[in-house]
Amino acid sequence: MQERSIAGIVALLLLLWACGSSSAQPSLPEGLPPATPPPASQPATQPSGPALPEGLGPPGDQPALPGGLPGGDQPSLPGGLPGGDQPALPGGLAASQPATRPATQPAKTFLQSVKDMGLTGFWETRGGVRTQHPAGQRQASLGETRFQLDWEKHFKGDWTAHVVADFLYDAVDEHHTVDLERGRGWLDLRQANVSFRPLKWLDVRAGRQILTWGTGDLLFINDLFPKDFVSFFLGRDEEYLKVPSDAIKLSAYSDLANLDVVYTPRFDPDRFISGRRLSFFNPLAGRVVGREQTLSSEIPARWFQNDEWAARLYKTIEGYELAAYGYWGYWKSPGGVNPFRGEAIFPRLNVYGGSARGPLLKGIGNVELGYYDSRNDRHGNNPFINNSQFRILGGYEQDLPQIATDLTVSMQYELDVTAHHSRLVRALPPGAPEPDELRHVLTWRVTKKLLNQNLTVGLFVFYSPSDGDAYFRPKVHYKIDDQWSVEVGGNVFVGRENYTLFGQFERDSNVYTALRYGF
Amino acid sequence: MNRITLSVAVFAAAAWLTLSVGVALAADAPTVDEIVQKANYVAYYQGADGKADVRMSIMAKGGSKQNRRFSILRRDLADKDTPDPKFTGEQKFYVYFHEPADVNKMAFLVHKHMDKDDDRWLYLPALDLVKRIASSDKRTSFVGSHFYYEDVSGRNVDADTHELAETTKDYYVLKNTPKDAKSVEFAYYKMWIHKTTFLVVQTSYYDAQDKEYRRYKASGVKQIEGFWTVVKSEMHDLRDGGHTVLEYDSVDYNVGLPDDIFTERYLRQAPMQHLK
Repeated sequence: MQERSIAGIVALLLLLWACGSSSAQPSLPEGLPPATPPPASQPATQPSGPALPEGLGPPGDQPALPGGLPGGDQPSLPGGLPGGDQPALPGGLAASQPATRPATQPAKTFLQSVKDMGLTGFWETRGGVRTQHPAGQRQASLGETRFQLDWEKHFKGDWTAHVVADFLYDAVDEHHTVDLERGRGWLDLRQANVSFRPLKWLDVRAGRQILTWGTGDLLFINDLFPKDFVSFFLGRDEEYLKVPSDAIKLSAYSDLANLDVVYTPRFDPDRFISGRRLSFFNPLAGRVVGREQTLSSEIPARWFQNDEWAARLYKTIEGYELAAYGYWGYWKSPGGVNPFRGEAIFPRLNVYGGSARGPLLKGIGNVELGYYDSRNDRHGNNPFINNSQFRILGGYEQDLPQIATDLTVSMQYELDVTAHHSRLVRALPPGAPEPDELRHVLTWRVTKKLLNQNLTVGLFVFYSPSDGDAYFRPKVHYKIDDQWSVEVGGNVFVGRENYTLFGQFERDSNVYTALRYGF
Repeated sequence: MNRITLSVAVFAAAAWLTLSVGVALAADAPTVDEIVQKANYVAYYQGADGKADVRMSIMAKGGSKQNRRFSILRRDLADKDTPDPKFTGEQKFYVYFHEPADVNKMAFLVHKHMDKDDDRWLYLPALDLVKRIASSDKRTSFVGSHFYYEDVSGRNVDADTHELAETTKDYYVLKNTPKDAKSVEFAYYKMWIHKTTFLVVQTSYYDAQDKEYRRYKASGVKQIEGFWTVVKSEMHDLRDGGHTVLEYDSVDYNVGLPDDIFTERYLRQAPMQHLK
């Protein structure tokens, strides 16, 4: 008897040891599925897992119940499990909701009512000063307050209406009468368009709209949509670099490729530098001129005759975006001068190009090229009209987690080749400076985000070794909260000569600051 | 003799019992790979596609609070003709931002890959600009929150080695160690995976000193259209006390999202019918 009981105890101990050492749970009582043994059999020292979240099946003896089942009969959490605030009561979830719902839905604020109407926007005040003695400009470079209203409404049948209007007071500018084409005065209509889908594979957007394509970062080869370099160089928000087009855009989609066609019935030039807000080198005057001698220009402006066409054929293959472009229109900024009247002109221009963008090494690489066919100077022997050009661009961007989080760097190189340089040189009037055949531009961008990405510190640099000039764009942006943000930045131009692209703006170098409330 | 025979018999019986219990347990308990696979499936792959409206509250260490509101559309790239119920492969995500004002109407597109970096695009409506985003750094904050990109779209299960550290009453506790320690900021992380649903209820990240410094918690769960779904989750920075809460509304599965939603067409023209 004694021997038997000893042997039995040994066996029992062995059995217990075997079960315990397998780190599996003790055997299950009848009726319970194997995955969840009862709390009673939990050893007191069992390390606790997290409390079951609301909605998960209750622990312990009710494992098979789905979480949605009601009932206050759920077991309380076993000892050692943290948090009495997570009782894993599916029924309790339903019970607590009516009590908490009203508290989370306070009376609608005025702002919320505005938002519900599809209205968003911001109010912003921005000021800047020139850091050098200005050449024919005020010391103040910016002093304006603007209120942007953005209204978008979606209608049945894929119709969308979208209007973005800026109401502004500009203390630096003397013109307050509205000129919607040039974006002057107290109203800048940024967008006013309708979008619809007449066919499953066709999207149409008609009206005033912002248009962008191409792969460059602040360098544009095949994007011939109008730009506002005045805003860009003065330190307005980057969105104002793009000028709206009054155009119709057709986008057709197929498995083979996608096609965008943009028709602008009346030429939309850049908001180019005329001396009104930024001084520039006037080759006819041979010096940098400002407000005392603003550029007069002849802008082709006849509807349906001075029109523009732009097209993009594109397809993404395995993450690589390939595109071919065409443009038929005019030089967007003055592309020549009328030597007799001393006016800037906008000669005809066609552009053909292509681009590719996709993953490269640990980042994103892009190449883009274009041929600028200066149609009023096809032989390249008119010194008063821009020569035709080849332009090519390569870029690379990567984040650098090895150095720091939220740190991104990028670099670009652009080469512009004058197509008929020797003919141009032969045709130059005596004494005129000989333009380079090649223009090289390098850009660098460094962006670092800090403080939960609320603080962005960035620097963008353009540098042209051939022109011997550079343009620095430092910027610090801080989001105070969901509505308020502040920004400080600069536009610093340096150059060996006063007639190169960036060198001519040296005395327009400026710093600016802005405060914005968004809603 | 008798005594010995009896002892041997009892021992044999005990061994047999042990063995059979062990076998039974092994048959019932899924392997580590199965747990990992199922948890990954439940977290990121339920249904052929899905959508949700997300409210994000970011509580910074100082106590300041920021809110984001966005909609997420998701589509799995499983073979449509022969659907694999366990599919955990490539996916596409479309995120459309509603709030706050500075990101309103922005759209973010991700093509998630298994064997290479994800493709990411960001659409900035004020510039009509489709920007390509470098994505080698997956462990960087998603829109300023305490969640990383990798938390939102899922960490590649092959990036870690997994071991079953423990099995508790409700959970499989997995310890996951990165294969490339230099690519991440953690030494290892533990996941508490609910046994019956395979939902990840908590993930704790540890540094080299075995100190937990970051914690994910599923704090609200609901069964939606038959799928167990996390409807509220939190990510805590245990070092500074900051945390982010995500709440998912209007969750829907098997919506029938067409593949072209996840292309440049819909970056430039948001698919409002799917975004409410």
